[in-house]
Amino acid sequence: MRRIKILEEKFFVILSAFMTYSLIAVLAFIILVIFVKGFNALSLDMILKTPKGGYYYGGEGGVLNAIMGSLYIAIGATLIAIFIGMPAALYINVQLVRYRRTQNTIRYFLDALWGIPSIVYGAFGFTLMLFFGMNASLLAGIITVALLISPIMVRTFDEVLSTIPRGLHEASLALGSTRTETAFRVMFKQGFSGFITAVLLSFGRGIGDAASVLFTAGYTDNVPVNLDEPAATLPLAIFFQLGSPIPEVRERAFASAVILTVIILALSLGARYISKRYSKTNLK
Amino acid sequence: MFLSETVTMSDKETSSKPTNKSALPVLRVRNLNVFAGDHHILNDINLDIPRNKVTVLLGPSGCGKTTLLKCMNKLTDLYRELKVSGNILIENDDILNTTTNIPSIRQKMGLLSQRPYPLPVSIYKNVAYGLKLKGVRDKKLIEFSVEKHLRETGLWEEVKNRLNSPATSLSIGQQQRLCLARGLAVKPTIILADEPTSALDPISSKIIENLFKELKKHYTIILVTHVLRQAMRLADHVIFMCDGKIIEQGQPDELFKNPQTEELRAYLVDGN
Repeated sequence: MRRIKILEEKFFVILSAFMTYSLIAVLAFIILVIFVKGFNALSLDMILKTPKGGYYYGGEGGVLNAIMGSLYIAIGATLIAIFIGMPAALYINVQLVRYRRTQNTIRYFLDALWGIPSIVYGAFGFTLMLFFGMNASLLAGIITVALLISPIMVRTFDEVLSTIPRGLHEASLALGSTRTETAFRVMFKQGFSGFITAVLLSFGRGIGDAASVLFTAGYTDNVPVNLDEPAATLPLAIFFQLGSPIPEVRERAFASAVILTVIILALSLGARYISKRYSKTNLK
Repeated sequence: MFLSETVTMSDKETSSKPTNKSALPVLRVRNLNVFAGDHHILNDINLDIPRNKVTVLLGPSGCGKTTLLKCMNKLTDLYRELKVSGNILIENDDILNTTTNIPSIRQKMGLLSQRPYPLPVSIYKNVAYGLKLKGVRDKKLIEFSVEKHLRETGLWEEVKNRLNSPATSLSIGQQQRLCLARGLAVKPTIILADEPTSALDPISSKIIENLFKELKKHYTIILVTHVLRQAMRLADHVIFMCDGKIIEQGQPDELFKNPQTEELRAYLVDGN
């Protein structure tokens, strides 16, 4: 009996360790492949120049249009999602604290929205765009991506807020705080790291999504200077370049993937730093 | 929200002008009933809380002590399933049926819960929080007040050099005293303490108990406990509850030496 227990223990330890490390290995392998395949094409021109004539046939230029387009869309959409998501998550956890069934219903709908494929958001954004007589543009892209990432923002922040002990909530109210003061002065501060995670996840999803911007933001070789101009995005740039029969162009697709990965990685590190720093000053 | 059961109180009770304020009870509960669905949590509670005394709510776990305490500062509002009816009068203001805004009612009472919940800010800001809510902006006044209340809870010497450290860096006993200081800064009349020493070590518990003995000179303390010895050490007035009802109430000497009911007798035997 004892022998079986020892064997069982060993088996599950090895199994779970193997799964954990193999997942990390796969992720590391993906990054490695992207870097190796895209390394040759990586150059300052890639980052600093827009596509020149013949770029998609191996000509000169870079993907500055897609980098800037992606950043504009992801930043714009994340800002909108913060304005939607932060009050919504606080509302669910502070104002609706008495109404558990309503909370759960809202969470169910948000989870459903989270699960909707991004191409559906793209199609919806496209319909909306036509309804308002808009063209494929930066604004349409921002709005569509904002719709896509808002449920992610709300649910991620909400998940952290919901773990805050009821006692802290009660302590704040017992001191004479209104519900709004409790929401912003206590709950938001306590859940700040969750808020940063929510922003990060939303931004990551926003900058990496191709389907939602396919019809709504369009594609252009220029860096957009107005909201009503079309905007290129990195995922679409990767898609177009990867489909090319020319090896150098396909290499550039991997280089674009490296740029996208580095942006997300840098943002992730930056957000963690801000979160730590803010929490420190906040708690001091 | 609440089932408003009209309770007629005698004219004498409602119109009495306090001649000697300290002789009058600071808080009166009349015909308080709390239901959670079909479960009758508090059953026709009537009690008076004497001013500047430690009133101990004693009773076995699950007898409704905490719910009674939560009724007093309207934290029952957070629980939709609780239906509250009756009257709770603080200085003739019926807080269950009032138009006064709830935060100002709650500021009349400092709450000390079973385990400390410091706000996610510094030690200093924890104490200053209530003052800022009240609209105090004068930095000097806030500083003065923070020091005063930290001294009042015996924490000043321990934290004066690290006021800007996170409140969570304190030991749990210190955190509980910080929560007490934070509550006192709002200038409450009553301190509601819900088993405040249950998560603390014996030394920290003793510090809190000694603080209560000091604080009752200026505040009225309502202490919920199921620790009989603590009740004996601290109580000036005892309310013994069982199954949502008040079984006996009165002076501790009389109650503990000469229990009138079987429930209290059994509790005293088990507790000792």
